[in-house]
Amino acid sequence: MLRLFKKLERKDIIGILICTILIVTLVWLELKVPDYMSAITKLVQTEGSEMSEILEQGGLMIACAFGSLICSIAVGYFAARVGSSFSKTLRKDIFNKVGNMGVAEIKKFSTSSLITRTTNDVMQVELLLGMGLQAILKAPIMAVWALFKILDKGFEWSILVAVCVAILLFTVGILMIIVLPRFAKVQKLIDKINGVARENVSGIRVIRAFNAENYQKDKFNVVNDELTNMQLFNQRCFAILNPMMMLVMHGLTLGIYVIGAILIESAGMTDKITLFSNMVVFSSYGMQVIMSFLLLAMTFMIFPRAQISAKRINEVLDEPISVIEGKFNGSTKEIGTIEFKNVSFKYPDADEYVLKDISFKVSKGETIAFIGSTGSGKSTLINLIPRFYDATEGEVLVDGVNVKEYQAESLHNKLGYVPQKAVMFTGTVSSNVAYGDNGKDDIDSDKIKEAIEVAQGADFVSQMEGTYEAHIARGGTNVSGGQKQRLAIARAIARDPEIYIFDDSFSALDYKTDATLRKELKAYTKDATSVIVAQRIGTILNADKIVVLDAGVCVGMGTHEELLKTCEVYKEIAYSQLSKEELGNA
Amino acid sequence: MPRFGRVAVQEKSKDFKGSMKRLIANLKPWKYIMIVALILAMTSAVLSLISPDLLSNLTDEVTKGIKPDQAKFEEIIENININLNSEKIDKKLSNLENEVSMTEEELSEVNNVFNILHNSSEEDSLALLLELPDSVLLYLLDDIKFEKVIITSEEQLEILKAINKINPDDSASSLKAIDELPSNVYDLIKPKIDMVKVKNITIVIAILYLISSVFSYIQSYSMSTVSNRFANNLRRRISTKINQLPLKYFDTHETGDVLSRVTNDVDTVSQNLNNSLAILVSSITLFLGSIFMMFTTNWLMAITAVLSTFVGFIAMFIILNKSQKYFSKQQEELGNVNGYVEEMYSGHNVVKVYNGTKEAMKEFSTLNDRLYIANKKSRFLSGMMQPIMAFVGNFGYVMVCIVGALLVMNGKITFGVIVAFMIYIRLFTNPLSQIAQAMTSLQSTVAASERVFEFLDEKEMPTQKDLKKHLNKSKVKGEIEFRNVKFGYDPGRTIIKNFSVKVKPGQKIAIVGPTGAGKTTMVNLLMKFYDINNGDILIDGVSTKELSRENVHELFVMVLQDTWLFEGTIGDNIRFNKEDVSDRKIWEALKTVGVDHFVSTLPGGLDYQISDNDAISQGQKQLLTIARGMIEDAPFLILDEATSNVDTRTEELVQKAMDKLMEGRTSFIIAHRLSTIRNADLILVMKDGNIVEQGTHDELLDQNGFYASLYNSQFEK
Repeated sequence: MLRLFKKLERKDIIGILICTILIVTLVWLELKVPDYMSAITKLVQTEGSEMSEILEQGGLMIACAFGSLICSIAVGYFAARVGSSFSKTLRKDIFNKVGNMGVAEIKKFSTSSLITRTTNDVMQVELLLGMGLQAILKAPIMAVWALFKILDKGFEWSILVAVCVAILLFTVGILMIIVLPRFAKVQKLIDKINGVARENVSGIRVIRAFNAENYQKDKFNVVNDELTNMQLFNQRCFAILNPMMMLVMHGLTLGIYVIGAILIESAGMTDKITLFSNMVVFSSYGMQVIMSFLLLAMTFMIFPRAQISAKRINEVLDEPISVIEGKFNGSTKEIGTIEFKNVSFKYPDADEYVLKDISFKVSKGETIAFIGSTGSGKSTLINLIPRFYDATEGEVLVDGVNVKEYQAESLHNKLGYVPQKAVMFTGTVSSNVAYGDNGKDDIDSDKIKEAIEVAQGADFVSQMEGTYEAHIARGGTNVSGGQKQRLAIARAIARDPEIYIFDDSFSALDYKTDATLRKELKAYTKDATSVIVAQRIGTILNADKIVVLDAGVCVGMGTHEELLKTCEVYKEIAYSQLSKEELGNA
Repeated sequence: MPRFGRVAVQEKSKDFKGSMKRLIANLKPWKYIMIVALILAMTSAVLSLISPDLLSNLTDEVTKGIKPDQAKFEEIIENININLNSEKIDKKLSNLENEVSMTEEELSEVNNVFNILHNSSEEDSLALLLELPDSVLLYLLDDIKFEKVIITSEEQLEILKAINKINPDDSASSLKAIDELPSNVYDLIKPKIDMVKVKNITIVIAILYLISSVFSYIQSYSMSTVSNRFANNLRRRISTKINQLPLKYFDTHETGDVLSRVTNDVDTVSQNLNNSLAILVSSITLFLGSIFMMFTTNWLMAITAVLSTFVGFIAMFIILNKSQKYFSKQQEELGNVNGYVEEMYSGHNVVKVYNGTKEAMKEFSTLNDRLYIANKKSRFLSGMMQPIMAFVGNFGYVMVCIVGALLVMNGKITFGVIVAFMIYIRLFTNPLSQIAQAMTSLQSTVAASERVFEFLDEKEMPTQKDLKKHLNKSKVKGEIEFRNVKFGYDPGRTIIKNFSVKVKPGQKIAIVGPTGAGKTTMVNLLMKFYDINNGDILIDGVSTKELSRENVHELFVMVLQDTWLFEGTIGDNIRFNKEDVSDRKIWEALKTVGVDHFVSTLPGGLDYQISDNDAISQGQKQLLTIARGMIEDAPFLILDEATSNVDTRTEELVQKAMDKLMEGRTSFIIAHRLSTIRNADLILVMKDGNIVEQGTHDELLDQNGFYASLYNSQFEK
């Protein structure tokens, strides 16, 4: 947590300092108020006091109260400013850090966890800081100051205040020990009930087909009851806090008066009035002390949550980045070539190699395809080209230069990558296709149109409202899977890359569209090199070179016809998809 | 307790009054406990209203202990003075020589003093008198009796000496003089606190506080019981409702929407119900009660209190009103940042390869700045409430003190009244902000409950009470007939226009067509998930309209493409709702689909817990769902073959398992494999939701229509 606060900017720290000064002033003013109160009390009690004196004291008291109002508003302002500015800094740092992360790091945290860390966790820390600037700073200052004010004014009363504080802290402490761990459990149960409900909705067809409605209902009810009981317990425990607080505070006032009565009764005439006004002062200072301690206890309740959040944020910020970009950004001798030299790869913490000793070379204009079962490493292999990961052993060369030597941008400028799961951004069809920066001129509308046409998307885009400027909703929810895939392909085409990388990017297209798209793409990008990963044999049938992977090892390389004769694994895959005669026809 | 950073976003309900009524009606099962809780809340509030009055009495008692009985003191001095009047002294003086032994010198001194005394003013007389020797003075002073207390001459002398020390310019010296009085006189005039009375009042107040606290605990306890039981009941009803809604509802609504009703909305209802209702009742009681108490105690002070706080409240409501838009602005900006972050993080690889990182950082920075400004404003404004409330309290306090002091000095009220008002001011200002807060949370309770009720009100599937027919699944032969079936999801848009086909037991029907062609429509109709508009579907000659949905479901084994496994053990997932399935039978099914080896390698075997991010691949999951189907022994089969997420090796396994599953069953297969399609007894070709062609593989190729073009497309170069 403290480490995180080092991120506070200079103006934030100045803000905090101002806050502290303001709070000291605020406490001074607030504690002045009871002084005037006691002065007024004394005046009222003493015969022959002038009304003007009371008015004077009252006026001063209001001035103090107003002063403390101004101070607390100012404190509120600075706290809001520092808190918001700090959370802004944190969010920016996390976002930029994630932006620089490689796929490995993102996978390690998982996207959804990174999102919560950027938003919710930052909120938690901000809350603590905002609250801290007001309560955590104020409470101890107030408590100590108020204590000093009353300590010399009566030993008996001081003891009473101490006892009250002790009772309250004890109650809060016990509650925290009992209830806090159960809060975590409640969160888990809420997740669980969410899970069962999600299950019931997502599996509704299966559940109904199996007439399992009651089975699921029972399951839901078990969790439901568990959650209810846990929450009941927590709330019943917490219900004690408020009455307890009221009891202690009222008890304090009453106690102060009773002790006062006894003290005054036994005191000499000279001390009586002093004792009386001390009593009145005590009843308000004592309350201040108690409130301060209570405030402090409350902040401790949110402290553990913020602590966890801070830890989660630090984890992101501290994560070392495994892929560090090089310096090369000049022109290369070769163009459109990819070469793997004895490349092996394993995930950082894993024992097993995902890829073992892969070597191949693709020249300009060629198409290379990778096929193999899931887990054979074909996606991992092409992920080495844009440097989502670095090869553990061996070298990956693009245009004859090791990818590690490139500046990230100039490497990416050569590539047109289409992922397995098409990604859409909020915006328009055009903004999605023209996305990014390819180191050349901006992509104009003609280019966008052309790219969409080649990607076989012209039909559906022209039917959308606003055509090329049609709105794309968050996550592309207003276009179908196949449409998304075609727009993602158009995005790669619009970049005019030297090398296309298709990571199983045709899976959501039906055979017919798939075939037409590939044909037109080939015609359009004659000079470009293509790297294709596919499940369907039909998609890769015509590649210049097919690499067959099995458990990370290259078990065959060649054209379709060659492989059918020489590669057992390839044959197996092919036969499972197409019958013999059809393969023969092709 | 102050709340920090709590952002009050108004959730508006569509029909507040109606929904409120509905909410109350739904709380009926707990009406007694609620009434008790609310009465307790009210009582507790009333009790805390009585106590200031008692506390004021207590203060008055204590006040009595400060001032000595000045009148009595003067009376005593008067009495002593009688001893010293001239006649008496003259008489005594004549006897002086006989009574007190003294020298000549002394005697002349005494005479001298008295001579001066006779001629001097009264003011200095006491000082002069005290210059006399004590023996003389003692002789001169007779014992006197005051209120049954005998004051001896020695004591009188002490009193006179004490009085002599009083400095008229120093009020403290007179108090000190009183302290020096002989104890019997001191007892007569000292201020007295009636300790018995103090004790009695204290006990009463303490009991009141205690009862008030106990009541308030019982009240919280009962309200949390009510709200949690109510939430439990709502969730239960939602989960039951899910089972009673037609599938159409789920096909047209987002899963997330249903889920947020189960958790968020129900949570909002229970949380706020717990807080708002009791607080509302006790706050209103406190508010009205404190006004009443103030006016009955002293109307002038009451007006002062109400007026001085009222100004503050107006300021508060103005701020509250103005700040509303900043709160929603903050929510909006937060949503924007959230959305953007989500988009960028999930599209991370694309952002990277397309060199979009810089642009993303820039865009994020803009959004982040906007959030910062909105955040700052709304936090600042929401943070202002607390100090303003405190000031209003303080201001009222001072006003009460000043007006109170005036009245005390005029003798119109006692100091205790001020003390009472100091507490009334607190009791009066707190509830107003609480009422405002409770109203806001009541608003969101109603809005949330409205959404829950909306869901509970959704039209359910028609009842099946009058369906008498039942097909025994072990006796069904497996014949199915579509007779002039018409169907459309929306009225007016018929997608299956007039479909008739007769399927014999054991036949295999393949359904083919491009993605989105409506292949699931066939599943929906066969399973009676949707009711057909016209025509009939007959099983063994019996119309499915006359069969209950459960009965129809019983007759089908269904394995869909999206592998639905729930969190639980593998055994539970396969056994599902059939309790009497032995482990042996499960192992047999696993063996048939070829995952017995895999399952046995998992820790725990059948007891292995399946969870979200798991070592079980898509293909294996699919095999497990097939195994689940295997256990269900039914004459019909619906199968979605798609294995797009599965690697080729596993695919082979899956296909073998599927072939096994088809054996001896009348099967409807959403086909993706040529081998299935070509062996099918009938192929239904679907396009845009419609059945466009039907026949065997060869027949359809001969037609050279849509099927033929679809079939040939995959071999195009």
